[in-house]
Amino acid sequence: MEKLTFEGLQQRQKALSEKAASAHVSQLLICGGTGCHATGSIKVIDAMKEEIRKQGLTDKYEVVETGCNGFCAMGPILVVHPEGVFYQKLKADDVPALVQEHLIDGKHVEKLLYKDPNTKKRIPLQDDIPFFSHQMPRVLRNKGLIDPESIDDYIRRDGYLGTAKALLEMTPEAIIGEVKTSGLRGRGGAGFPTGLKWEFASKSPSEVKYVLCNADEGDPGAFMDRSILEADPHAVIEGMIIAAKAINAHQGYVYARTEYPLAIRRLQKAIDQAKELGLMGENILDSGFDFELEIYQGAGAFVCGEETALMRSIEGKRGMPRPRPPFPAHKGLWEKPTILNNVESFANVAQIIVNGGQWYASVGTEKSKGTKVFAISGDVNNIGLVEVPMGASLRSIVYDVGGGIPKKKKFKAVQLGGPSGGCIPEQYLDTPVDYDEIAKVGAIMGSGGVIVMDEDTCMVDMARFFMDFIQDESCGKCTPCREGTRRFLQLLEKICDGKGIPEDIDALEEMAVVIKDTALCGLGQTAPNPVLSTLRYFRDEYEAHVLEKRCPAKRCVNLLKFEIDPDNCTGCGMCFKACPADAVIWKKKEKAVIDKEKCVKCLTCFAKCKFDAIN
Amino acid sequence: MAYSTHPQHPDIDNEMWASIDEIIGRYRHKAGSVIAALRECQNVVGYLPPLLMDYIGRGLNLPPSDVYGVASFYALFSMEPKGRHTIKVCMGTACYVKGIKEVMSRITNAYHLEEGGTSLDRRFSLEAVRCLGACGLAPVMVVDADTHGDVKSDKVLDIIETYE
Repeated sequence: MEKLTFEGLQQRQKALSEKAASAHVSQLLICGGTGCHATGSIKVIDAMKEEIRKQGLTDKYEVVETGCNGFCAMGPILVVHPEGVFYQKLKADDVPALVQEHLIDGKHVEKLLYKDPNTKKRIPLQDDIPFFSHQMPRVLRNKGLIDPESIDDYIRRDGYLGTAKALLEMTPEAIIGEVKTSGLRGRGGAGFPTGLKWEFASKSPSEVKYVLCNADEGDPGAFMDRSILEADPHAVIEGMIIAAKAINAHQGYVYARTEYPLAIRRLQKAIDQAKELGLMGENILDSGFDFELEIYQGAGAFVCGEETALMRSIEGKRGMPRPRPPFPAHKGLWEKPTILNNVESFANVAQIIVNGGQWYASVGTEKSKGTKVFAISGDVNNIGLVEVPMGASLRSIVYDVGGGIPKKKKFKAVQLGGPSGGCIPEQYLDTPVDYDEIAKVGAIMGSGGVIVMDEDTCMVDMARFFMDFIQDESCGKCTPCREGTRRFLQLLEKICDGKGIPEDIDALEEMAVVIKDTALCGLGQTAPNPVLSTLRYFRDEYEAHVLEKRCPAKRCVNLLKFEIDPDNCTGCGMCFKACPADAVIWKKKEKAVIDKEKCVKCLTCFAKCKFDAIN
Repeated sequence: MAYSTHPQHPDIDNEMWASIDEIIGRYRHKAGSVIAALRECQNVVGYLPPLLMDYIGRGLNLPPSDVYGVASFYALFSMEPKGRHTIKVCMGTACYVKGIKEVMSRITNAYHLEEGGTSLDRRFSLEAVRCLGACGLAPVMVVDADTHGDVKSDKVLDIIETYE
């Protein structure tokens, strides 16, 4: 295929938008993200294509498989574009009726519309659903609107104009200046100013430099980077090309988790398409600038999200961090100057170049500019991917966007920043989304995982869960992390088992300080955070475990009696029906009793009992 | 081809050796490619017996210690044979909050499996994996290539039983 020049790109963009405007074709946007794939969206897409063909509607409607729509809990999702009607939880069997009623008769299909969990009202339009109306899509501006496997869809929405501007009109200094003006900070979690990082690398003298993209999204509960790569891979590619021009690099790698096969496939396809059009490779857009990009698949090691470990892994070694300095901007991959940015950071760059750093900085707080993508999950009604302006409160994320806590349970805490982060309780829910403000209350912004926990979550068990993760993922190179996290875990297990003594809590606090001060890399230095933040806000739970041998949230198996309180038991039989081990003895209208010989302590009955009758 | 004769191994037939040689041939002149080579060879054989790692090391001109070092570091690589079906249970935070612990204990009890173990009849291998990034579907279990969302402990065995 012919390689594009700047004029060629502009003409193509103009032709594509004119064609879209004149065709009078409505688009049926069906989500093809990982979540919706798992709930059966591929079958829905096939059924929809078949039905449209059968009804002879192919010249009026086009079925598009988009990237992640964001509202993952409601999948599979269909949005009828441009009117914006939102249908949820579709099955292939629903398709014929939907085509007949909506597309032919022009009526909404009530039962497939979104139902507000609080008001119980059906909401037809996507933009009216609170989950969407409180968002500000910038990084996710194309999510659910384009086919991520079509470069023309991306070009139609002003794609590659940022690359063109950076390569043809701007000097490296001007690019770095614009990114610095924007105030963009690293979206991987640490929040280092992106422009500054690029400036260091650009001033490092070397013939060979590298641009790396960190797509090794390892934090449990985080899926922003996966969704961005699945929904809009070209935006990330553009960011990397612009960064390469800024530091004068000609080779890039995306280090992606091997657990994300769909994201990897779409990114590879995007790279191939860009190459074909001359938007990557040699002499991009006839600018004289060359850039090659390769995907490098990780092999399942959390520590490889740390920058020096990631570079070691690309070199084909065990992914172990090394001390810094020298920083990667001076000596990184293969000992050459290297910049490493997160997927979301790169996805912001092209828009900063097109619209200017001032535009970007017009949103946000004093020290945190722009927007942030969060993945909300856990005990919350609206699970999914959201983008809010910096400065929005955590409360608005949990309640306005997230729709609050299901089953009328009480909110307990929100966990930010994964295993390096911390829990934030009710009294600090009005903290704004801002790197520095969140750090003040003992958590970190992190990469964007937000896990909401209700009253049934035991905070000691949660700390134990994260420590189990960190201990397992510690690479073993430095002693404080290798031995310290193991000792941490032993103490937490002891407390959860009801064998803790008061001195154990003091020991946790003392060790936390030592590990923080002495561990080699970010993984170890932040390892104590989940313990410290739960101790800070939920010390009473630790004390209940240690002093009273009681787990207030009824999660720690060895502190539970597995006895049914006859005063609270209504004899409903739910526990009897749920028990996998036939350990509940129950007859109709009689109170249940647990046979402790048979009980396997699986907690199923606790979850089923609505009357809090099991101790 | 790396070598004209191949070592003998009960789980690796001639066709597999041909694929392995093709993989080594592609990577032998590329620095830092041992992880990719191990991944592809594991896809061919199903796991990485020590004899195969030695063979890959010789092909890529690396000492066996380097190859073993990499294979033992990353969770993706297994040196033990796997069952016909792999059950991956997500141990991410969202799944944890939503009760994956109960799901796991139900599976381990029913099939006398341990985390990371394989059943005696080699029907299932059970893995506790890191967050699969499908938190919208929590709790999540992946059997082979099928992702199952909203897996509750009382219906997990019905799903698993469909895999022979």
